[in-house]
Amino acid sequence: MRYLPLTDDDRRQMLAAIGVATVDELFRDVPAAARLPAPVDLPRHAGECAVERTLGAMARKNLSPSEVPCFLGAGIYRHHVPAAVDHLIQRGEFLTAYTPYQPEVSQGTLQYLFEFQTQVAMITGMEVANASMYDGATVCAEAVMMAARVSRRNRVVVSGGLHPHYLDVVRTYARFLGLDCVDLPPDWAGDEDLAPSIDGATACVAVQNPDFYGRVHDYSALAQRCQEAGALLVVTVTEPVSLGLLKPPGEMGADIVAAEGQGLGGAPSFGGPTVGLMAARNKFVRQLPGRLVGETVDVDGRRGYVLTLSTREQHIRREKATSNICTNSGLCALAFTIHLTLLGEHGFRQLAQLNHATAVSLADRLAKVPGIEVLNETYFNEFTLRLPKPGAGVVEALAERGILGGVPVSRFHPEREEVRNLMLVAASELTTEDDAAAFADALEEVL
Amino acid sequence: MAETASGNKALFVEEPLIFEQGDDATSGVDLPAPPTVKNRLGGLEREGRIGLPGLAEPEVVRHYLRLSQRNYSIDGGFYPLGSCTMKYNPRLNEKMARLKGLGDLHPLQPMSTVQGALELIDTLAHWLKVLTGMPAVAMTPAAGAHGELTGLMTIRAAHEDRGDARKRVLVPESAHGTNPASAAACGYEVDPVPANDRGRVDLAALKAKLGPDVAALMLTNPNTCGLFETDILEIAAAVHGAGAYFYCDGANLNAIVGRVRPGDLGIDCMHMNLHKTFSTPHGGGGPGSGPVVLSAPLAPFAPLPYVVHGAEGFRLVEHYTESDAKPFGRVKGFHGQFGVFVRALAYMMSMGADGLRQVAEDAVLNANYLLARLSGDLTPSFEGPCMHEALFDDRFLKDTGVSTLDFAKALIDEGFHPMTMYFPLVVHGAMLMEPTETESKGTLDAYIASVKALAARAKAGEADYFHQAPVHSPRRRLDETAAARKPVLRWAK
Repeated sequence: MRYLPLTDDDRRQMLAAIGVATVDELFRDVPAAARLPAPVDLPRHAGECAVERTLGAMARKNLSPSEVPCFLGAGIYRHHVPAAVDHLIQRGEFLTAYTPYQPEVSQGTLQYLFEFQTQVAMITGMEVANASMYDGATVCAEAVMMAARVSRRNRVVVSGGLHPHYLDVVRTYARFLGLDCVDLPPDWAGDEDLAPSIDGATACVAVQNPDFYGRVHDYSALAQRCQEAGALLVVTVTEPVSLGLLKPPGEMGADIVAAEGQGLGGAPSFGGPTVGLMAARNKFVRQLPGRLVGETVDVDGRRGYVLTLSTREQHIRREKATSNICTNSGLCALAFTIHLTLLGEHGFRQLAQLNHATAVSLADRLAKVPGIEVLNETYFNEFTLRLPKPGAGVVEALAERGILGGVPVSRFHPEREEVRNLMLVAASELTTEDDAAAFADALEEVL
Repeated sequence: MAETASGNKALFVEEPLIFEQGDDATSGVDLPAPPTVKNRLGGLEREGRIGLPGLAEPEVVRHYLRLSQRNYSIDGGFYPLGSCTMKYNPRLNEKMARLKGLGDLHPLQPMSTVQGALELIDTLAHWLKVLTGMPAVAMTPAAGAHGELTGLMTIRAAHEDRGDARKRVLVPESAHGTNPASAAACGYEVDPVPANDRGRVDLAALKAKLGPDVAALMLTNPNTCGLFETDILEIAAAVHGAGAYFYCDGANLNAIVGRVRPGDLGIDCMHMNLHKTFSTPHGGGGPGSGPVVLSAPLAPFAPLPYVVHGAEGFRLVEHYTESDAKPFGRVKGFHGQFGVFVRALAYMMSMGADGLRQVAEDAVLNANYLLARLSGDLTPSFEGPCMHEALFDDRFLKDTGVSTLDFAKALIDEGFHPMTMYFPLVVHGAMLMEPTETESKGTLDAYIASVKALAARAKAGEADYFHQAPVHSPRRRLDETAAARKPVLRWAK
């Protein structure tokens, strides 16, 4: 078997060195009744050829978004990832290293995480960022828990403009921790007023920008209201490319930013793995969950980097840690930071502008299709359509025509009549004129 | 040795931060000019510079390549980090995860267009259930600790469904730090259970702590001392007798995969680290994936979403109202770490039922070989045999002036990644070595020779050699105290 270097002769010699006759003797602490006498009922080992054939067959049963016009978003965004990104993250020194617990031989990982933290803080307009977490939804839940620790309050208010998966994760975490979660109904109409829900017991208010339906907000007034009430403002961002063009959460007065980073460097990968970004005000740094990399010097006075403020973490603090997180999303953070480094200031802004302009052209084109209404007055690269019939059936009919047309809001809220005809549509730099034309034509046919 | 003018040392070239290199205008990506449109941003455009450096593509590639050369990795050498299962990460896994129709799938495509992806999740779930002898599995947790939290939430939901509000979770002192942290995140009080002098759970102490307010026992098996819990069947009976559930931390599954099924040990709930046992890369700290297998009483409470197979093919159950089960909630966006699933399944199919059994045998053989060959030089903490990792303490360093940390740093100069240090907490100055099955006898022999030489050196009174170490690494010992006292967590001009 190709991944096992020991030969039978090695095994014999090693058993002799140990002083046992068979490997079974090494398993003698296992209760006899629980020792399996033979391999379990699964296929036997296979060569690369056979594995490729089996998994390739599964891949071919799917409709690949790379091969058809695709307008799906709602939390996962398709972008062009430069070739150098995937090449570099597959270097064995990055790919197959563990968490950088031995800084003398982990400066590569530590330096890129320090750069990553800096980039995340810069684009969100915040003072400090951690070294990544699982995904946007879990960062949002961690942000809410962090706000409860900081404010010593236990009521969290969640906007109806938050991604429904994020809301569901927040609700789940909150329930088990005994936090009171006040979640507002889906804000597809864009007329939500959060202010009346905020009072002296509110730990935080969690909102999203652009919101789940694509609208762009200025949360400055809400930040002011939160500050007056002693609550924290958590701003969630699901599309990091939007930060190249939009006023960042930090400039609106956000206390914590919880973001999904997949849109930079990350493949959609059916929704995971991705990378959660978390940034905050400096004064909350000791309440941050997750790993932090800090600058220091070695005994020869040379600059270097280490994991720091570990007394927040589970391996030191156990049940008193700020979070139970250990493994995070290091490699996805690497892809994110390489992509952003390749773009640079100019490229990042240009990419964001290109996304926005492409979305505007698409929205204007789709608005001309009879029966379609674009709900948004504002948006970045994703907007909501009201269709003359249920979105779920429309996307199926579009898929039959080889177009991945958008996300029906009913996928998230099947019980809500009022969203049945709504569909989210996203555009990006990958969207061509031909894609947009094919989409508009197909919609006309289907509706 | 004279310093070079540049500070570089041949292949080791100093590399500044990207912020010290780039400028505003340069970009490593060529994009078309955006079409002119009326903007719909509602006046909320960003003003002013972000401050991001821009570099051309060759500069970017060189930067990250140089950084990569400052990392130790499993591709490059032996990485006996106990409890971490640093085995070889097959490149076939990477190729499969990037297949068109897998890596590029959007999670919200109509389910009719992702039947192969759902089949893949269902197939992996089947393998995990058969290997563990458990009837159900929650696939969505993103890593081991996330799996622990998910498992405990499932347990709490099951208790609460019966109106049974239990408050305490028992956690052995030798447990990974994530165990108590996960219990706390699930709203439980943590009650530690001591170890006995054989490195196992003290059964009498455990029984004394069990009571009607105990929700679960969280036990790692094989435990963090690298030992199989010999009383496990009695432990399971006692836990169940008290009306509690038996949670197993499956971080050490590599020791028993294919040879012992946790389902036969009375376990109700166990997370697996696909990035340990099933060979997916650690990536410098993630991403991982931590599916949780569940016993029949816990299965109905598993979180959303999950894959089912019906007359019309595979389907994701994404809503509370869609089934008769009682899902406790959702722990992650979308459907789990699919890209990690592809890699793990590619590995499992490559190894097969026979190969995975061989994995456990070779992993245990390699660890016992280290234990046997090093026992005369180092001090093993407990009598063998061990399972997949060998635990030593620092008694052999008594009066040498050399600490476990010093010893580990000297191993770096020998070209090896150090073992896990100072964990588990139940022995003094712990050194936990996990070789895994993907190391050859030749590699183990070279490592053994280095460890023996260092032990002799320590006993010969060469403490200063250890205090200086490492001297050959890209950086020498770093000042962690200064880093924590005045944290510098980002670059600033």
